[in-house]
Amino acid sequence: MEVNKFVEAKSISEAYDLIKADRLNKVIGGGAWLKISMKKAKTLISLDNLGLDYIKEELDYIEVGAQTSLRKLETNKSIKSLSSGILSKAINHIMGITIRNIATIGGSIMGKFAFSDLYPVLLVMNVKLTFFKLGEISFEEYIDIPRVNDDILVNIKFKKNDSLGYFKKVSKTALDFAMINMAITTTNNNFKIAIGSKPSIAQLSKSTMKFLNSQDKLDDEKIEKACDLAVEESNINSNVRASKEYREVLIKTYLKRGIKQVIK
Amino acid sequence: MKVVNKKVGSVDGVGIMKGRKAFTDDYADKDSLIIKVKRSPHAFARIKNIDDSKAKALDGIEMVLTYKDFKRISFTRAGQGYPEPSPHDKFVLDKYVRYIGDEVCAVVGSTEEICLKALSLIEVDYEVLEPVLDFEKAIDNKTIIHDEPEAKEMFDIGFKPKKNIAASYHMHIGDVEKTLSECEYTIKETFYTQAQSHVMLEPHAVNTHIDYQERLVIYSSTQTPFHIRRIIAQALEIPMSKIRVIKPRVGGGFGGKQAIHGEMLAAYVTYKTGKPAKLVYTRKEVFESSYSRHPMKFEMALGADKFGKLKVIDCKVLSDTGAYGEHALTVFMVAGSKVLPLYNKVDSVRFSGDVVYTNHTPAGAFRGYGAIQGNFALESAVDILCHKMDMDPIKFRNLNMMKEGETSPIFAIMGEGTEGTPMNMDTCKLQECVEDGKALIDWDNKYPYKDMGDKIKTVGMAIAMQGSGIPLIDMGSATIKLNDDGFYNLMVGATEIGQGSDTVLSQIAAEELNTTIDKVIIYSSDTDLTPFDVGAYASSTTFVSGNAVYKAAKALKTEMLNEAARIFKVDIKQVEFDGEIFKVKNSDKKMTLRDFSNEITYSEEQKQLQVTSSYVGPKSPPPFMAGFIEIDIDKETAEIDIIDYVSVVDCGTTINPMLAKGQVDGAIVQGLGMAMFEDVKLAKNGKLISSDMLNYKIPTRLDINKLTTKFVDSYEKSGPFGAKSVGEIGIDTPPAALANAIENALGVRMTSLPITPEKILQKLKENEK
Amino acid sequence: MKINLKINGISKILEVEPGEFLLDVLRRNNYLSVRRGCDNSSCGVCTVLFDNKPVPSCSLLAVKANNHEITTVEGIQEEANKLAKCFGEYGADQCGFCNPSMALTVYALKQENKNATDEEIKEYLVGNLCRCTGYVSQHKAIKKYLGEKNESS
Ligand SMILES: Cc1cc2nc3c(=O)[nH]c(=O)nc-3n(C[C@H](O)[C@H](O)[C@H](O)COP(=O)(O)OP(=O)(O)OC[C@H]3O[C@@H](n4cnc5c(N)ncnc54)[C@H](O)[C@@H]3O)c2cc1C
Ligand code: FES
Ligand code: FES
Repeated sequence: MEVNKFVEAKSISEAYDLIKADRLNKVIGGGAWLKISMKKAKTLISLDNLGLDYIKEELDYIEVGAQTSLRKLETNKSIKSLSSGILSKAINHIMGITIRNIATIGGSIMGKFAFSDLYPVLLVMNVKLTFFKLGEISFEEYIDIPRVNDDILVNIKFKKNDSLGYFKKVSKTALDFAMINMAITTTNNNFKIAIGSKPSIAQLSKSTMKFLNSQDKLDDEKIEKACDLAVEESNINSNVRASKEYREVLIKTYLKRGIKQVIK
Repeated sequence: MKVVNKKVGSVDGVGIMKGRKAFTDDYADKDSLIIKVKRSPHAFARIKNIDDSKAKALDGIEMVLTYKDFKRISFTRAGQGYPEPSPHDKFVLDKYVRYIGDEVCAVVGSTEEICLKALSLIEVDYEVLEPVLDFEKAIDNKTIIHDEPEAKEMFDIGFKPKKNIAASYHMHIGDVEKTLSECEYTIKETFYTQAQSHVMLEPHAVNTHIDYQERLVIYSSTQTPFHIRRIIAQALEIPMSKIRVIKPRVGGGFGGKQAIHGEMLAAYVTYKTGKPAKLVYTRKEVFESSYSRHPMKFEMALGADKFGKLKVIDCKVLSDTGAYGEHALTVFMVAGSKVLPLYNKVDSVRFSGDVVYTNHTPAGAFRGYGAIQGNFALESAVDILCHKMDMDPIKFRNLNMMKEGETSPIFAIMGEGTEGTPMNMDTCKLQECVEDGKALIDWDNKYPYKDMGDKIKTVGMAIAMQGSGIPLIDMGSATIKLNDDGFYNLMVGATEIGQGSDTVLSQIAAEELNTTIDKVIIYSSDTDLTPFDVGAYASSTTFVSGNAVYKAAKALKTEMLNEAARIFKVDIKQVEFDGEIFKVKNSDKKMTLRDFSNEITYSEEQKQLQVTSSYVGPKSPPPFMAGFIEIDIDKETAEIDIIDYVSVVDCGTTINPMLAKGQVDGAIVQGLGMAMFEDVKLAKNGKLISSDMLNYKIPTRLDINKLTTKFVDSYEKSGPFGAKSVGEIGIDTPPAALANAIENALGVRMTSLPITPEKILQKLKENEK
Repeated sequence: MKINLKINGISKILEVEPGEFLLDVLRRNNYLSVRRGCDNSSCGVCTVLFDNKPVPSCSLLAVKANNHEITTVEGIQEEANKLAKCFGEYGADQCGFCNPSMALTVYALKQENKNATDEEIKEYLVGNLCRCTGYVSQHKAIKKYLGEKNESS
């Protein structure tokens, strides 16, 4: 990698000033993605010394610093207690633990990866992001805005809940990117569903949720209908990993199984 | 037997695990010049001009090499017996580039960064030509890929470059059409196999330096050090006596290192500059610019009588060798010669076809060497026929397959580039393999399938054979020497590449010398120090090199007895040796090996006891196996869980049962990779998309549950201590066994590899229509 | 730029480029047991321990090791020896290109979770590919190693 300079930022504002100063200055989280995606940077700005590597349990939320490694999140007890532990489960399906030891939650969120296994989970979990300049926004809002290149993600807050959760990733081998991934939570029969790697970026399946949440009782027929709706609203396409048609089958199948699992 | 057929740990496992210096790049001189290759962005083009002035002007750049630096000497990269059955169609660098990833020019500089910078500064002017990207349209295409006058065959291999044919072949026994017309049941099907990549974890690597005798020393991660020496000497016109090739530990080969890759450029750079140099392929270069398995198309027809007796096999093959013809003919031949004899009772058989040039990444040697492709086609076709006849596939095989003591006329007809060698199957335990496998997989309870709710459980099977070296061509040799203190050195040209040959060959020597394996210090392979061996390929090492070791050990023992007789002053017949102690029969005269070796080293009539023996196989006894797969298929998504893979193998005596099992296990998983995961994706312009390990997926440990690998009792008289070979056979059955299992469960026949859930659903949908 | 770090327990000051990866720095400094298989964190061959956690050194900037501890297999020779013995017992070693990295990852697993189940072992090691063995014999050998008592170090 061609890098002129490496700077350990001493404060978040110093890091912020540096990325503002030049388009070729880059923040580095774990750097795993930068390794395969970036050829050149003027200054790499490390956040390692800013105390952003932590998981803190508050009264009604869990706060995670942006520099926390995926592996640390995956194995954290408090995180495992949220929504049947689907965040841990999703992380567990990302490559091997060596990568998860260096990849950060900050980098995972800022990368806006369409294949992200975390995005569907973050979408159904009531998550807030705190940026240095932008302040606090919900993950749902974040998904809809263009890629943020000039701000620093500081922390992520997970609202505590006792919802049930479901996560599914389908990939060719255990070390591949997803053909599809999806997450479901339900709190008092209130469904949230998100589907990713379609291959476009994850989205909430809003019509499907609306439909499910307006039903008194779910039977097989209604669940089928919900699955059809999800396919309809998901903007599914083909890429090298799977065809549109196969993705549709996967979404229908696993959404059905997921819904059945969380209503059990 | 004390050492052979025993649980013996590998001779090198501890040191390797502990991270000792071992692999090629560990031996590179710290200030080696770095070589980087500029690679073609076009599938086919003529280089009009290379402007390297900016690159040459860079500080730290030693030289830029283009085709102008090399005399036009055509050669083949394939490491095979000489003269090679592969066409000489390659130049160190050429004016034409024939696939995306082909060598355009090379830069040589002090660091990798500088070289990469230099590469980006080189401007190449191309005349882009129309490529051949569909191998079914290669023959008589208006594009001729090898139009250069220097391209030649070394002997008749059916080389017709003007038609884009690298090799072709035809054979038949009986009248195929006639027999087909007389059959009660006939089937016809077309099969396709893909360009699997080896993905050995150590990328191709070489480093070179000039030693203090002014000779060129090449450290190479290769399967064929002696062939490397010959090819480099010929192509660069360096006297062979000036070249030494050392093969250190090799991090996997699987056939991928049975050829020259970076060695030519590195040798040239060091020979020219006198400076050490190195070239390590990037993973992308391994995928894109070394070579892959030959993709093939098979048009199969089978016919059987009303009793289910197979009467005829017709097999027409088209093989894609890509831009260069490495192993073109021989891999194609094996697709017939090590597959068709499985069913030796047919009246008629035909095998014919062409190996064509295309503008793809070249194809070359790969474990299985055509047999896996041929096996997929034949063993799939056999099951199709069984379904048509409503006959249990195991019953069919029992009725029709090769049995012990039988032969097949194909052995005599089809060799590897030359005629074959007739042979009887002195050992063939296929029946036991099938019986045992059937029991181990619990066939009767699972065939054809079992409904499990969301999933369907099913089983499928296939049988396979391979060879044990190439008869009358492959030669191996071994030198054994006795040292003072009573231990031995074993020097072999056979190449340990991770398959465990150093351990197995040490065991053979130790067994014959009646000693323990720690007393045999093995060294492989170094063209200066070790005797000639063709290298690690064609499943030859245990059988061919093993026989050489056996002969050498036996001869050394005789010499030792002779010397002991002299010392004891008795006739040699009077002397006994149990590995530790020499004794004179019916007397109390004795001497330990240690005292003996010290005496002949230091005391009287001193001499070095050392023996070299060679072996060429008069035949190549095939190992056989039966492979059974158990899978669960998701009814909705067609996702497949591999529950178990049962392999029952007849490889003669297993010299080292654990290492033999390792060979089979590893090959099964590599075969499953080809069957299920290893998809080769090409862009429209011919560019390989699956050119890194993010996009080319080999099986992981989470994808493999259980492997049940067993060996049947078998003793091959011609092998060392009864051994045949075991390196390749394991890879052959998974594709057909999987396809057969899927048909058993779902009634659809998958005819192209890899078999993915998506393709299964597509096929099911087509069948509904 | 200079970085301070401990490699196998010994303090070192190394000169590195800001864009250089740990793997290249280690090999340049003669830690030759760390090798490159894929160069994009897909194979596990380049694994080292970073503050006792396995990481892919091909994808970790060397500067990030500043003030941290790196362990290569040279730093856990005794454990590697034990694991090698178990590998030998099950015929789990072939080319061995994956083995030093396997030793480090298995060693880290042993520190984290001595009683790992079959599934946990596989999950922990899934990023360490092996093209030779087919994994099953390795798995048995690793289980044996994890089950061994009297851990030193
Ligand atoms: C080989 C490989 C395979 C992978 N496979 C999967 C997979 O299957 N599923 C999956 O979900 N993920 C996968 N990932 C992604 C991985 O999980 C991480 O999300 C990714 O590596 C990013 O994390 P990082 O710490 O490495 O980020 P970096 O590479 O350091 O950074 C990524 C981006 O985020 C920016 N950034 C980082 N931190 C901040 C911050 N605090 N504020 C602002 N900007 C920031 C960087 O400038 C950069 O643009 C894979 C990654 C790799 C390398
Ligand atoms: S070389 Fe680093 S993971 Fe493959
Ligand atoms: S032993 Fe060769 S890669 Fe594992």
